[in-house]
Amino acid sequence: MKGMSIIVKKTAQLISGMIFIYGIYVIVHGHLTPGGGFAGGVILAGSLILVTLAYGEEFFKLVREEMGTTIVESLATISVILIAVGGFLFGSKIFFNNFLPRGTVGELVSAGVLPLYNIFVGTEVASSIFIIFLSLIIFKEESPK
Amino acid sequence: MNSLLPLFVVVPLASTFLIMIIGRFVKDFNKYFTAAVLLFLAVFSYYSLASLHGGLALCKVGGWEPVNKVPIGIYIALDGFNAIVICIINSVGFLAAIYSISYVKRYTGENYFYALFCLMIGGMNGVVLSADLFNIFVFLEISVISSYALVAFGVGKNELEASFKYQVLGSLASFLILFGIGFIYWKAKTLNIADIREAFKSGYDRPYYLFVELLILSGFGLKAAVIPFHAWLPDAHSSAPSPISAMLSGVFIKAVGIYVIIRLFFNMFVITEGMAILITTLGTMSMVVGVFLAIGQWDIKRLLAYHSISQMGYVIMSVGIGMILVARGVRHEIAVLAISGGIFHLINHAAFKGLLFLNAGAIEYTTGTRNLKEMGGLARSMPATSATSFVASMSISGIPPFNGFFSKLIIIIAAVMARFYLLAALAVVVSIITLASFLKFQRYAFYNKPHDTDDRKFREVPFPMVLSMAALSVICLLLSLLAIPAVRDAVLTPAVDILTSTVQYSTSILGQ
Repeated sequence: MKGMSIIVKKTAQLISGMIFIYGIYVIVHGHLTPGGGFAGGVILAGSLILVTLAYGEEFFKLVREEMGTTIVESLATISVILIAVGGFLFGSKIFFNNFLPRGTVGELVSAGVLPLYNIFVGTEVASSIFIIFLSLIIFKEESPK
Repeated sequence: MNSLLPLFVVVPLASTFLIMIIGRFVKDFNKYFTAAVLLFLAVFSYYSLASLHGGLALCKVGGWEPVNKVPIGIYIALDGFNAIVICIINSVGFLAAIYSISYVKRYTGENYFYALFCLMIGGMNGVVLSADLFNIFVFLEISVISSYALVAFGVGKNELEASFKYQVLGSLASFLILFGIGFIYWKAKTLNIADIREAFKSGYDRPYYLFVELLILSGFGLKAAVIPFHAWLPDAHSSAPSPISAMLSGVFIKAVGIYVIIRLFFNMFVITEGMAILITTLGTMSMVVGVFLAIGQWDIKRLLAYHSISQMGYVIMSVGIGMILVARGVRHEIAVLAISGGIFHLINHAAFKGLLFLNAGAIEYTTGTRNLKEMGGLARSMPATSATSFVASMSISGIPPFNGFFSKLIIIIAAVMARFYLLAALAVVVSIITLASFLKFQRYAFYNKPHDTDDRKFREVPFPMVLSMAALSVICLLLSLLAIPAVRDAVLTPAVDILTSTVQYSTSILGQ
């Protein structure tokens, strides 16, 4: 896939980092403000897609990237399940139990396991939306002109 | 026991993503791991069924206790009825996974196959265990979307067309179901099935809920392929890889279709006679029309798929008769007989239809064709497939020592005792036509003159496939034992009790 003009490249360079940090902000404040894992994950995927579209990528690199992203996605999902099982192991024998200390309401590090769920859900959503995008590009590159 | 219930969902979901990671790097990890996971789930499901003792096991996910007796968390409940369905899902799933070890070698992307297979099992377990209406929808989507991908797994022209048709109709069904759930939530202000039932006590808005009942019935009817909604089933079930056809036909349409219809109409909605008559009519129609569509087919898997519609018609008709009697409030013992006959037939159908699809897969594996006209004389070269398919054919047609006979007998006796003589006669006629079409299957596939004179060309299928077919045919014989009153009391009676009693389900969930 070919990249775009220098203007687009420079603009993407300028704003993609900000979008990425904003996505992380939305994810980690998920238990305090509106937003959370899903919304933040979509924003993260948006910045990744922006960079890929602006700069272009070689076909084989795209395929490798898709494989790596699949592994990240699966690891994130397994982490969510592991936290759920953790509630069973370190607590009152209940799945999805909130087994960490709750902290003070309103602080960033509070609400027990909820921020962890948000972080892993965010990773999962970002990588799965990026995978959908990559698969569409790979399909377009593979199909005969 | 109670707190371990989410394992039925957690274990297959976790194994899906483990297969996606480890299966990429370790060869053959995926197939043996899937089989091991399903063996564990099957053993665990039988253990759960045995440890229930007719009671109800409840798990509040996340430990959210009810506030002022209003349930706020997600509930997962196991009772006599869904314990049976859980056993069916995981045992047929286990045998299909064993069968896949040799069968799926011919496809590329085996890893995705096993991952999607585990995901589908997890979704179905979730649908069956959930005591929460919206959660049923979520798990339904998990299992249905993975089944779309599995139907298209061959990526040929027919597979993609079948999968597309299935997706369009499946999305329509999901839309109707979500719409119905939304209407219920609007009026009842809760999503817990037992709590909705409690909310109905204060007043049941008849015209409003009639609309909701029709939405839910047509949505889940599409998933269960009851006759006016059956168009997707023959294509989807015949195009999927054979172990998946066995899962879809033997388990899937029951777990996400029939089970939910029975559960919601008995334990959530207030049963009305008109709705019960409608359900019975739909069941009778599927039973009769399905078999007439089946008998003309020459593609084995299409023939079996149409028979699935017809046999599911038996289940729905029989449960519908029970529903009519419960709605009238008369002759409770006959209603119990009819419903237990329906559930018995549901169990039996999982065994013999799963087996028949595995047989069809074995024939396709060896001969490379699904057309009955192009095969023949396979009895000599494939003795195990021939013997097991004979058992399955006799079971589905209702020949005495096999399980299908007893369940059909109970259904027909219940229909006669409830004075639905026409339905009883139709059930007998349909059974005879089923026998005719399976004799055709036996004759053309196994006993006719060989189509190809060089009959040493064909060999018996590999051992894992034979093993799972043999296991299912033994199960077909053993399930006849459910007709013995003592065994029936232990297994079927708790299931029927929880359905026919108007308050048992809701009080035992809200009371805990």
